[in-house]
Amino acid sequence: MLRKIKNSAFLSLSLVATLTGLACLAAILWTLISHGVSGLSGRIFTQMTPPPGGQGGLLNAIYGSGVMTLLGILIGSPIGVLAGTYLAEYGRSSRLSTAIRFINDVLLSAPSIIIGLFIYEIVVVRMGHFSAVAGALALAVLAIPVTLRTTEDMLNLVPIGMKDSSAALGAYPWRTTLSVLYPAARSGIVTGLLLAIARISGETAPLLFTALNNQFWSTNLNAPMANLPVVIFLFALSPYKDWQDLAWAGALIITVTILLLSISARVLLALLRAERGS
Amino acid sequence: MAIIDPGHAAKQLIYERIFRSATFIAAIFVLLILGGVAVSLLRGAWPALSHFGFSFVAREIWNPVTDQFGALAPIYGTVMTSLIAMLLAVPAGFGIALFLTELCPPLLKRPIGVAVELLAAVPSIIFGIWGLFVLAPVLQRHVQPWLIRNLGDFPAIGHLFKGPPYGIGILTAGVVLAIMVLPFIAATMRDVFDTVPPMLKESGYGLGATTWEVIWNVVVPHSRVGIVGGIMLGLGRALGETMAVTFVIGNAHRISSSLLAPGTTISSAIANEFTEAVGDLYTSSLISLGLLLFLITFTVIALAQAMLRRLERRSGAVA
Amino acid sequence: MIPSTKPPKHLKMRVPYPVTAEPAPDLGPPKIDVRSLNFYYGAVQSLHNINMTLADRSISAFIGPSGCGKSTLLRVMNRMYALYPNQRAEGEVLIGGSDILRPSVDVAELRYRVGMVFQKPTPFPMSVFENVAFGLRLAGGVRGADLKVRVESALRDAAIWDEVKDKLNADGRSLSGGQQQRLCIARAVAVQPEVLLLDEPTAALDPISTQRVEETLQALREKYCIVVVTHNLQQAARVSNVTGFMFMGELVEIGPSGQIFTSPKDRRTDDYITGRFG
Repeated sequence: MLRKIKNSAFLSLSLVATLTGLACLAAILWTLISHGVSGLSGRIFTQMTPPPGGQGGLLNAIYGSGVMTLLGILIGSPIGVLAGTYLAEYGRSSRLSTAIRFINDVLLSAPSIIIGLFIYEIVVVRMGHFSAVAGALALAVLAIPVTLRTTEDMLNLVPIGMKDSSAALGAYPWRTTLSVLYPAARSGIVTGLLLAIARISGETAPLLFTALNNQFWSTNLNAPMANLPVVIFLFALSPYKDWQDLAWAGALIITVTILLLSISARVLLALLRAERGS
Repeated sequence: MAIIDPGHAAKQLIYERIFRSATFIAAIFVLLILGGVAVSLLRGAWPALSHFGFSFVAREIWNPVTDQFGALAPIYGTVMTSLIAMLLAVPAGFGIALFLTELCPPLLKRPIGVAVELLAAVPSIIFGIWGLFVLAPVLQRHVQPWLIRNLGDFPAIGHLFKGPPYGIGILTAGVVLAIMVLPFIAATMRDVFDTVPPMLKESGYGLGATTWEVIWNVVVPHSRVGIVGGIMLGLGRALGETMAVTFVIGNAHRISSSLLAPGTTISSAIANEFTEAVGDLYTSSLISLGLLLFLITFTVIALAQAMLRRLERRSGAVA
Repeated sequence: MIPSTKPPKHLKMRVPYPVTAEPAPDLGPPKIDVRSLNFYYGAVQSLHNINMTLADRSISAFIGPSGCGKSTLLRVMNRMYALYPNQRAEGEVLIGGSDILRPSVDVAELRYRVGMVFQKPTPFPMSVFENVAFGLRLAGGVRGADLKVRVESALRDAAIWDEVKDKLNADGRSLSGGQQQRLCIARAVAVQPEVLLLDEPTAALDPISTQRVEETLQALREKYCIVVVTHNLQQAARVSNVTGFMFMGELVEIGPSGQIFTSPKDRRTDDYITGRFG
């Protein structure tokens, strides 16, 4: 009898925990939507960030985030994909590969503010000023571990018979990888890219002292550039209502983008699994 | 054979060498990043560390005007907020994982699992502003006064709940951090629970054990290493988290005995002050904080990864 | 170790299935000549002192229980083992008169001369045409119209031309299991190798597809030296001219299929064929 009570008690607690978790998700999404929607308007996409108390939009911030995320992915994901290819194809069981995999997994969970400091030291200090390039490099460093891990995992999922068949026809590993393995693992690698984009587009800390922020419209990669996360940070902490409204709108935009990216990645992964199973 | 073109074949070999080198260099890059982070942090921290010596870690004072800095308050804040976060998130995550693997009707498993993972994808700054604008007022108006009234005078723990209800502070930051880390811990534990062979659980049920008894006496001991590894990984993330905490920590470089008081963490100190730091010693002290964070988080995460790898190898060998 | 003895006369079994293959015609010097071959996976020796010769324009089958080394032996002939660390071969394997185990041998070129088909059909993620053309493009000496001619000829050899001639651009994976395997055969013979190796080619196929593949092999025998590994004794009896029985890394017995299946010289062969183990 006591056992049954204990059982029911703990199982109820687990239900409570789950409901609490779901409630938190709902609360956060609800707050985002209710606060963010009121701040949304056409101006968001047509005007720059305003001075305190003024009216404006988030165009320069959206542009800046887009540009730096794109650059970050362009720089970081080839390195990640190539490195993942090395681990899957050439260095399957060497000690060096084990070390690289380990370090990579550690970097995956590392505090992003440390990466910001790192890029600050080697890029911003050298250049003498903050810049969008530095911001993009910080994002690239964050993108590498994600793409490396997904690429390696996806390449390892390709049936070994395919690799053997290609080798048996006389193809070198480079040819097998490019002509057979990458096409076969295509959805998986794209999923990795989507996850990397989702990861870096929401990051604030690494941009705080690399790209900084810019009140005005700027396309100059060699100068500080506005970006959504830092704008949200500055505006939310300010005492001005207009700025706070813009911060919520920006938060809504970022969250919706990232959720869409994450959902697309999952859909792709599910399609991949279905195709494999058939 | 007539079909083989020797020139073509020779080029294939050259391409192979190029490709192999390119992938190798990319792989080495990962090691270079880690090394680069360590070296640059050391270099940046050196002025402050050589000036203050080891006492840097033990001093509470933080005065940019007199150029006196100490890491004790940020370290304390980092540890306390992470502790609170883990105390809240680990049981909750455990509960969610339990629910998902044992209780959940199959139709709901995927949606709820997806919801948990989507929560994990939300960027930390969102948690930060939500904490500041929604959670902090609630805590200030309802929860904290309740805590002060009812627990403030308890013998041992009373001092934790003294002081005015600011709404922001160590406790609030800990709660926000808990919500941030929760999906990660829940997902990791669920993955660990899923690796338990069904036959093992069935032998427990077959002996007449209740669901809870099977979980507590069979599943948990079997996946002990994975659970600890997952918790440590969550701890590593909590320690390094910046944006979720910065909004609600209060940014006061002092240690107080009450959880309701404002404080600071390593990452929020750096985030708040770095761009305005004037003077080499100030900047270097902040970078020293970064170095400390690097050492702490990397140790915790590396240990966690080592444990999780052990679990992988064992379950791979068993399966 | 079961001692090798002649089976007592009164126990000479009658083969429970028909042996239809004809003895190999005598066509001059052996195509494959294996001398004192030993093979090691790390410290474990898996092939012991293999000596045999296989004639051109014939089908040779290797049978034996799981783990006896027959697939290992096959993979020595195109040096597939070189893809994996810790595997090495000692001895000589002469194909067409030259030893392929010498370090100076260009492995990629070897694989144009020795083709392989695997147990599980592995069409590449590309069109039917491109699958078959893959090896030809690798070798480099064939282009344009000549390429089309050779692809068609390979598909005809594999008895699949009529089924795919209207969908050469369809993805190779859209074919049925039996068709996919014949596509892999076409892919292997497109480069006109001297030797064709098949590792349990019909193990993953239904009986009708199996029959078509066996008919294809019979037709290919006119042109190629074919070596088949199979655990299906009836298949070996149906299809091959010569059969070799392997046990625990040794080539116990090899000879004309008719003789092996009706009056094997070694007791172990007899035990295996009559199903006493395996």
